[in-house]
Amino acid sequence: MIKYLLSRLATFVPTFLGVCIISFGFIRVLPGDPIIVMAGERGMTQERYETLSRQFGFDRPLPVQFWEYFTGVLQGDLGRSFVTNRPVWDEFFSLFPATLELALCAIIFAIALGLPAGIIAAVYRGKFFDRALMSTALVGYSMPIFWWALLLIIVFSGNLGWTPVSGRMGLMYFFDDVTGFMLIDSLLSGQSGAFKSAVQHLILPSIVLGTIPLAVIARQTRSAMLEVLSEDYIRTARAKGLSPGRVNGLHALRNAMIPVITVIGLSVGTLLAGAILTETIFSWPGIGKWMVDSIFRRDYPVVQGGLLMIAVIVMIVNLIVDVLYGLINPKIRKR
Amino acid sequence: MSLLTIRNLSVEFTTGSGRFRAVDSVDVDVRAGEILAIVGESGSGKSVSMLATMGLLPWTATVTADEMSFDGRDLRAMSGPERRRLVGADLSMIFQEPMSSLNPCFTVGFQIKEALRKHTDLDRKQRHARCIELFEMVGIPSPEKRLSAFPHQLSGGMNQRVMIAMAISCRPRLLIADEPTTALDVTIQAQILDLLTGLQKETGMGLILITHDMGVVAETAERVAVQYAGQKVEDQPVADLFATPHHPYTAALLAALPERATEKRLPTIPGVVPGQHDRPEGCLFSPRCKFADETCRIVPPPVQPRPLGLARCHYPLEVPEGVVPAKVEGASA
Ligand SMILES: Nc1ncnc2c1ncn2[C@@H]1O[C@H](COP(=O)(O)OP(=O)(O)O)[C@@H](O)[C@H]1O
Ligand code: SF4
Ligand SMILES: [Mg+2]
Repeated sequence: MIKYLLSRLATFVPTFLGVCIISFGFIRVLPGDPIIVMAGERGMTQERYETLSRQFGFDRPLPVQFWEYFTGVLQGDLGRSFVTNRPVWDEFFSLFPATLELALCAIIFAIALGLPAGIIAAVYRGKFFDRALMSTALVGYSMPIFWWALLLIIVFSGNLGWTPVSGRMGLMYFFDDVTGFMLIDSLLSGQSGAFKSAVQHLILPSIVLGTIPLAVIARQTRSAMLEVLSEDYIRTARAKGLSPGRVNGLHALRNAMIPVITVIGLSVGTLLAGAILTETIFSWPGIGKWMVDSIFRRDYPVVQGGLLMIAVIVMIVNLIVDVLYGLINPKIRKR
Repeated sequence: MSLLTIRNLSVEFTTGSGRFRAVDSVDVDVRAGEILAIVGESGSGKSVSMLATMGLLPWTATVTADEMSFDGRDLRAMSGPERRRLVGADLSMIFQEPMSSLNPCFTVGFQIKEALRKHTDLDRKQRHARCIELFEMVGIPSPEKRLSAFPHQLSGGMNQRVMIAMAISCRPRLLIADEPTTALDVTIQAQILDLLTGLQKETGMGLILITHDMGVVAETAERVAVQYAGQKVEDQPVADLFATPHHPYTAALLAALPERATEKRLPTIPGVVPGQHDRPEGCLFSPRCKFADETCRIVPPPVQPRPLGLARCHYPLEVPEGVVPAKVEGASA
């Protein structure tokens, strides 16, 4: 197991280097000069422009700039935002809990519905539920997120008035950030109604963000289950007289989990990408919204640092997925 | 006393190219403690008929039978839970591929204890003790250690021993062994067969042994059923079958068997078993039978009386004096 882990970790190094290069390059290939953008309508003198340029290090060649960025990263220094002058690292971690809370709720929503739906569809393949589910999943998968979010907002916030349209918390509540997770902080605050408000604010964004992962998980669970259900060891399990619940839910599902966990791991990338749009639509103060705003402001350190952090998170999740494989199916650990 | 009685069992599969009859009006009788061998070329419906008995066929299969009873209880009338109490306990089965028949995600010990938990009142400790006892019975060395092994850590022969231990764990009255040695090394094959027949003697359970090996049939079985293209074509006590086969297919199989040869596999006879699309109208063996005539090709043959080995043939061989072969109405002699 240790050897397996080390071999996984070794692949981290080249990936990390690549991610540093891409995050550094991405914002620089976009047209637009950050200093001009910063100056805005007023404009600035040539002299002031050059001072700022020197201050941010733009006067030096790109490789030198990259080297400074890279050595900074290795020491845990992502630079400071051009706009707020706060360390990128601090900004990231003050906003990350909001995104994490949203992403977790979305993936829990997707797993809680997608996994059982996929299992039932596979067990009753070809029947009505299976067909209905698979067509719904296809619709869910190809639905434009923006349109879907608006539809939900119109129905649940507009017509029914059940859910708020934006933000993380009702305006009449105010309490300190303890964990950064609204669900937990609202409970800790002891203010009645705060927790309910937090939940209400989370529902629509979670559904919107979780829809595509839900469709993907349901389809992957179904196809993995179908494959596993025709295996010899499933016949053996049935030959023991085990109940269908145990055969499908333990013997088959355990084997089908490998591809399902893969797509769950992969959807972390989808979630973080989707968070950018979802957070913008729902004015959710997380890293998605922060990144979008920073791209418009050409805030180089924030964009490159944020991208790097997101990429590292995705890499860590992939590592966790690899470890889970080995735990679920000991045969894989051997390879 | 009959333990397993099956009358007129048919199994049809719904396939992409229409319906396919894999088992065609087969009768099976096994008495308590008896060893029945079922032989036949690959594709003759041996596995499918036994899986139908166990209730293990996939949903694409349609099973029909006039009677299907185990120990006097009607298998067809049983509810799902009732049948699952029987299967794995009184009636159990082992399969051809030991490596793929065990779940790769669980230890072999877990997989055996699971059956014990389902069918017995043993507590945790007793189940563990029973597992050790079973592993000793089937000849697995250092059982305590092997119980926590995963299937991929054991050899094919060891896994088949695990399967056998699992199948006999709840003291079945009938064990169905579907080509239990085909996938194993030749040296292991004899050990596994000895183990099965030894266990059968020790426990007095009935045993259905599906096999390709006529040598094994001669040595171990009491009675033999010969299956061809989904039908049972002959059924006789083993000595009688080898001495006086009544069906031309059985006769051809035995004739092609080399005298005292070390190679005792099912011998080959010219031609192939008919498949889904080239099923003859009359006798299914007629394209390969050297006695076939016009009647054979058009009219399905009758099942002959027991003195003629229940042979499914118009012209059974070696008819003893005083026995009149059955005729189909309207078939010209
Ligand atoms: N699940 C299935 N779907 C369709 N056809 C099947 C299925 N299982 C078995 N068959 C067909 O039924 C016939 C009998 O198979 P089987 O009983 O496995 O033969 P054998 O005598 O070698 O055990 C074969 O032609 C096989 O292709
Ligand atoms: S019925 Fe005719 S073709 Fe069929 S086995 Fe008998 S003799 Fe041969
Ligand atoms: Mg078979």
